[in-house]
Amino acid sequence: MDLISDQGLRVDGRRAGELRRIRCKLGVYDQPDGSAYLEQGHTKVLAAVYGPHQIRGSRTKALQDSVVINCQYSMATFSTGERKKRPRGDRRSTEMTMLLKQAVSAVIKAELYPRSQIDVFLEVLQADGGNYCACVNAATLALIDAGIPLREYVVACTASLANGKVPLVDISHLEETMGGPNLTVAALPLSGQIAVMEMSQRFHIDHLEEVTQLALQGCRDIYKILDKAVKEHLLETGDFFPQLESN
Amino acid sequence: MLTSKTFLRKTKKGNILKIVREHYLREDIWCGSKVCSECCAKTDDQVLDENPTIACTKHNYGHYLVLDTNVVLDQIDVLEEDVLKNVIILQTVIDEVKHRSSTIYKRLKDVIGDGRRKFYVFVNEHHQDTYIEREQGESINDRNDRAIRTAALWYQKHLKAFPTQKDKRKGIKVILLTDDRKNREEAIKSGLIASSVEDYVEQLTDAKGIGDKLSKRNFTSDISEKDATYPSHLTPAQIHDGIKNGQLIQGSFQASRENYLEGQVNTEKFEKPILVQGRAGLNRAIDGDTVAVELLPEAEWTAPSDIVLQDDETADPEELNEKENLIKEVKVVEKRPTGKIVGIVRRKWRQYCGILQANPMVGSVRNIFVPADRKIPKIRIETRQYELLVSQRIIVAIDSWPRTSRYPLGHFVRALGKIGDKETENEVLLLEHDVPHSKFSDLVLSFLPKMPWIITPEDLKQRVDLRGIDICSVDPPGCTDIDDALHCRPLENGNYEVGVHIADVSHFIRPGTALDNEAASRATTVYLVDKRIDMVPELLSSNLCSLRGNEERFAFSCVWEITKDAKIIHTKFHKSVICSKAAMTYEEAQNIIDDKSQNHSIAVSLRGLNSLAKILKRRRIENGALVLASPEIRFQVDSETHDPIDVEAKKMRETNSMVEEFMLLANISVAEKILQEFPECALLRRHPVPPLPNFDPLIKAGRNQGFEIDVSSGKALADSLDRAHKSDNPYFNTMLRILATRCMMQAVYFASGMLQQEEFFHYGLAAPIYTHFTSPIRRYADIIVHRLLAACIGADKTYGDLLNKQKTQECCHNLNYRNRMAQYAGRASVALHTHLFFRNKIQDEEGYVLFVRKNALQILIPKYGLEGTLYLVPATGQPTANFVYNEEDQSQRCGNIVFHAFDPVTVQLSLDRSNVQHEKLVLKMVKPFIKDFSVPSVQANTGDAVASDDKMDLDVPQTLPEVETPSKRKESETETAQSKKSKKKKKSKN
Repeated sequence: MDLISDQGLRVDGRRAGELRRIRCKLGVYDQPDGSAYLEQGHTKVLAAVYGPHQIRGSRTKALQDSVVINCQYSMATFSTGERKKRPRGDRRSTEMTMLLKQAVSAVIKAELYPRSQIDVFLEVLQADGGNYCACVNAATLALIDAGIPLREYVVACTASLANGKVPLVDISHLEETMGGPNLTVAALPLSGQIAVMEMSQRFHIDHLEEVTQLALQGCRDIYKILDKAVKEHLLETGDFFPQLESN
Repeated sequence: MLTSKTFLRKTKKGNILKIVREHYLREDIWCGSKVCSECCAKTDDQVLDENPTIACTKHNYGHYLVLDTNVVLDQIDVLEEDVLKNVIILQTVIDEVKHRSSTIYKRLKDVIGDGRRKFYVFVNEHHQDTYIEREQGESINDRNDRAIRTAALWYQKHLKAFPTQKDKRKGIKVILLTDDRKNREEAIKSGLIASSVEDYVEQLTDAKGIGDKLSKRNFTSDISEKDATYPSHLTPAQIHDGIKNGQLIQGSFQASRENYLEGQVNTEKFEKPILVQGRAGLNRAIDGDTVAVELLPEAEWTAPSDIVLQDDETADPEELNEKENLIKEVKVVEKRPTGKIVGIVRRKWRQYCGILQANPMVGSVRNIFVPADRKIPKIRIETRQYELLVSQRIIVAIDSWPRTSRYPLGHFVRALGKIGDKETENEVLLLEHDVPHSKFSDLVLSFLPKMPWIITPEDLKQRVDLRGIDICSVDPPGCTDIDDALHCRPLENGNYEVGVHIADVSHFIRPGTALDNEAASRATTVYLVDKRIDMVPELLSSNLCSLRGNEERFAFSCVWEITKDAKIIHTKFHKSVICSKAAMTYEEAQNIIDDKSQNHSIAVSLRGLNSLAKILKRRRIENGALVLASPEIRFQVDSETHDPIDVEAKKMRETNSMVEEFMLLANISVAEKILQEFPECALLRRHPVPPLPNFDPLIKAGRNQGFEIDVSSGKALADSLDRAHKSDNPYFNTMLRILATRCMMQAVYFASGMLQQEEFFHYGLAAPIYTHFTSPIRRYADIIVHRLLAACIGADKTYGDLLNKQKTQECCHNLNYRNRMAQYAGRASVALHTHLFFRNKIQDEEGYVLFVRKNALQILIPKYGLEGTLYLVPATGQPTANFVYNEEDQSQRCGNIVFHAFDPVTVQLSLDRSNVQHEKLVLKMVKPFIKDFSVPSVQANTGDAVASDDKMDLDVPQTLPEVETPSKRKESETETAQSKKSKKKKKSKN
């Protein structure tokens, strides 16, 4: 099967530069301080943020000048095609946890909460490619919902290369398995900074630039969608910003 | 708009998975018609004509065609006709075709890609109005049929809105072509115009002969068990279950070349192939098919029969049975696993070249087609052009093989030209060997450098200037694609500086261009006796890249410092500019070396090279490199008619070996360098150690003559071959080497990351690592190696596919395939010219028995490098000499005359042209004389030769494919230079 047909359509009917459908909702739970649900195609993710609160467990972990960020990534047993027995603690999710922490730390104004802790929990309900991206995007929304001060949004997106020449954005699971190297970027779309960048295989140096650019463009597109959702959420929950209504 | 596709799939473990995939439906998929003003497609995408016209008696209005999947699959030959234009191909159809047959998919893509044909691909599966979901209880096929109808209806409605100028009101119509009756009925019911392909094509007024190309797949009569010739096949589900529970074995079927009622199935399960015999056992399998076999109980196992059997024109069932019985004579020894084919997993039908069998019934439509490849059965076709086609080579495709039919059913595809015409015969052998030989397209040519080509100062800056050094090239006479040149000069410290300079083809062929893709697909230049099919356009191969004498050329140089006893001190690689001082032939170079009075720099240089080469060769042979033999000949070709005048065996001079040694050295040095730099993706060449059973025929043959052949290692083999000499038979050693050659495996290209280091070994050369670097003009592998080496030394950039080991391996597969085919094509060309040579000639020749078979002797005639079969037991005819076959020591006895392998004989060669369609080379025994069998020598009574022909009536079938049996001759290449030069030598000497 080809990643992109002669007519310029991908396997699922998108064009090379098109994202999957993104739907999201903020404040889905009452218990945590902030929460969000995000669908990116068939990838579905829940995020919950607790804190800032006192350091849990050993006090020695506390930092004097900034907040401790605790991330937890897990996949539901039913999230993949075949049921998986151990959802937590394997190498892949430990790595994901680390990369998530890296992305989130890039935007949280950590210096505002010394000696305290923020927990970010992420649960993948359905995995269909781009799990990390969906998690980062959901985490951003949950942090906003929790009212934690951020420098700006952190948004993630994947990109790949079809047939050695056409860059593709927002890779689905099918496209992931069909081959080609995979680039994941978590970026701060307004300032254009990159918080995390990861490759599944090596790209040839000739292609890296255009694939990165496409992934960043994807981040900017996702940012617009998330921003709109946040604004709508605010309108629903209360009229803190009456001027928004006139927009 | 979004919808999702849901389906269930079973995993390898047997779990059921539910897979849900997104499926986006779009608004921006356009209809592709020029009349449409609603869709906002770009003008390039508007493929379909404003005023589609086609001369059709029934549908005499403007219309587009929508095709059903079965039409594409079965009638692709009709679709390839230029008459059909303005066709809409639906995504549903493309997907199904891709799934069912990759070859037809490729051909369909070619048709779509041809702008003149006006084929438009409509992605109906992602169009919001034409996507349909599968309904409860609906089969996939029914759903796809409905999708096709829905799309056709959408087009009908859509186009109605745009009336054409011709008929103001109606607009362009859409006709659905389908051979599925049910689909047709449904379509007409829903208001579409539908037609079968046959009906439609017959109404076309200006498409004569297109009817012959219709596939006859729908030919199914009621089959009663009685008149079925073959047992029925199992259903795919049964096959699947059978394979799973071990009752059936899957493998690829390989028909026997010598016996049409025998074949073997190569499976992964058994080391030895499974034997299948008899009409029912083969059960309609055709060479190359993937089949399911059922093993017979061990008691019924047999051995391959030693007889040579050909499918004659007899359709007499009794005789058939007799023949089958002949096979069934079971020998106790050498029983092999035997089975019968019960089902076909996948067909590997292609198009076949051949001729029509003479048909005594005048005006009959039904004809029998005889393929040129003997492994393929005859094919029944229908044509109204018998008179025209009977004298032509034609191409035919197989459509189906029903149980009731003795032969498969097919249809005529196209004619190649007159039988016996050299052009036609060349075309046939190129097609049969899948050699791409069309002209280079304009797109490809556009990447050639612009003439006049000059060397710019920038070029010089990037290259080492070696124009001052006395470089020369040594090649066969008439060679125009000179890709290597040499130099050698003494250094002050007493060592030599030796350089090998290879044409810098990768400078001109840049990766990713159409030129590069074309060269990659051709993979190699193919040398026929009278023709060369270039891998790269002539401008490069014979001019800009060719290192001609006294012209400045770009080269890739490999320069060593070598001591007097041929030890390499160091090696360096660089791109350079050279100016060859002399382009010599082997003979000229040899003369210069031998002529002691000549002491100019070239002569000194050649002598230096020659002395080093001798040391190198000795060392190589001490290491266990093999010296093998294959009968190679060269035709003296008439310069005007290109007909062969005379044949001579090729000569080996010292200079051949000199060039060869340095090419080997360069290849090995380069292989080491690129492997060091690119351990994963270096393109190398290996020659696997042959499995020991391969050597059985050689050991047996040696033992019968009293020689022990030790095959435990390459060195042991080389030594024992050296020892095996017979004073009374000077050709014995050569023949033994020919046999040894046939035990070898094929050398192959591979990507270094795909294998373990130990497997890199090159058996024939006894080199731990090897590659091809020295002939980039005629081999694509060398171009890749050049690019890798250039990247190593920083002379060039890398690119994605070069560093991808999967891509490299894919490329290697193609190279290996094309190389093999090129080799076979070259041999077939020699065989063809041998035929031409023997026209109107009868000659007595010295020959040797190569193999003894049950009903025949394989005879090798060294003078022509020709191998032929001499039948001892004629299939029909008068009583002849009574031969007794002794299997123990492989001999045939008649009276007191015994034939063993390697025995010298004299045979009479002639070309049997009694059947104009099938010329055959006939061998007859002259000496030793056997009453009622041998023929008198031509020299003795030339006049009687023809008369004795009739008397003997040997009925020897065509020997053409047997002259060289490529599948058997697994030629180890005594690498590069030698095999290459010999090929080149065959070229005409214009």
